[in-house]
Amino acid sequence: MSAAMETAESRVDLGKLYAESNIGETIDQLESDLVGLLPVKTRIREIAALLLVESARRGLGIQAEAPSLHMSFTGNPGTGKTTVARRMADVLHRLKYIRRNHVVTVSRDDLVGQYIGHTAPKTKDILKKAMGGVLFIDEAYYLYRPENERDYGQEAIEILLQVMEDNRDDLVVILAGYKDRMDTFFRSNPGMASRIAHHIDFPDYSADELFRIAEMMATTMHYRFDEAGQAVMREYIALRMQQPRFSNARSIRNGIDRARLRQANRLFAGRGELLDRAALETITAEDIRVSRVFTQQ
Amino acid sequence: MKITQGQFSFLPDLTDEEVKLQIEYGLNNGWSIAVEHTDDPHPRNTYWSMWGTPMFDLKDPAGVMMELNACRKEFPNDYVKVLAFDSNKGFETIRMSFMVQRPADEPGFELVRSEGPGRTVRYTLRSYATGRPPSGRYSPAAAP
Repeated sequence: MSAAMETAESRVDLGKLYAESNIGETIDQLESDLVGLLPVKTRIREIAALLLVESARRGLGIQAEAPSLHMSFTGNPGTGKTTVARRMADVLHRLKYIRRNHVVTVSRDDLVGQYIGHTAPKTKDILKKAMGGVLFIDEAYYLYRPENERDYGQEAIEILLQVMEDNRDDLVVILAGYKDRMDTFFRSNPGMASRIAHHIDFPDYSADELFRIAEMMATTMHYRFDEAGQAVMREYIALRMQQPRFSNARSIRNGIDRARLRQANRLFAGRGELLDRAALETITAEDIRVSRVFTQQ
Repeated sequence: MKITQGQFSFLPDLTDEEVKLQIEYGLNNGWSIAVEHTDDPHPRNTYWSMWGTPMFDLKDPAGVMMELNACRKEFPNDYVKVLAFDSNKGFETIRMSFMVQRPADEPGFELVRSEGPGRTVRYTLRSYATGRPPSGRYSPAAAP
């Protein structure tokens, strides 16, 4: 009898832990809100599994140091690094790895001071504000400027490293930036590279994924493409991808914003007749067709 | 002589865990937290030295604990207290204040009498610790 009870107590139900943490809901939402990004989603699921198992181990009294979850997000512009960082805070909060569901987003200017003795208090101030949550450093490679050896960025990096090590339980640091420049950054700061356990690469979107993103963006803004509009939008995406300064979802967002502008102009030019809801919501082929993208060939 | 001041002065000294909970309460109310220290234990000494500036916009007590521990490390023999300032209109004042560190050895106070005209006697308190120069008020090496 007592032996049976003992085994019952020394077993954990991962399924129950999973349900209790509500993490499934967050991951499902991630799955439906974010198009593509397969490696990213896989890694998030792996981290979620790791933390669940970790809490199960803790439940049985197995002692281990908390896993280090500092991350680096690399990828081209507009691949969703910032969006995922915000989601990451939600995931880690539900898994009780961080105590507060908040993200502090900073860039070089927020961390590095302008004169001697300005950097340390500034960096510490930001770190204190981020404690308990996620610190997201956008374009982190700007912190290190090799061409100027007296640059204060190095000081900020050193403080960052120290806090990342000492306050591992209190703070998750996510560095983000373009792939090649982040690689240079990590090469010149081996201390930083070795303290970051998760390097996640954000792939570029395919034309299909970009179209789905365009549709989702339009839907959240309460617009929709009519049938001809959809076909032209696909064409637009294919052409835009070939052109310079293409930045994935961000370019698509800009394209939609301009289409909205043209739609408004078209409706305004034809004023006099009454418009129904559908007319106000529909982006037609001609709204997209006049884009510079089609003429620049 | 154990000197008490501010909140929880009737309780045994707070542990770090309890200090954290108190700070969290302050932060949840939207108050900004400051750390101050002094080596002059006189009850009328209201001018304690600030350890850095008050901390605004914090979400979690870990940030305060980081500063608090830095202050303790720098001044291991000082009195240290934590304050919470409420900037809301109508309050605009300190809402919490409690001690989080005291010197190992507190020598206490001397009652000083000074005679005035006639046979009047005025009384005042003087801390034994402040008889020594600021650098060595509580360190054992400086004890006579």
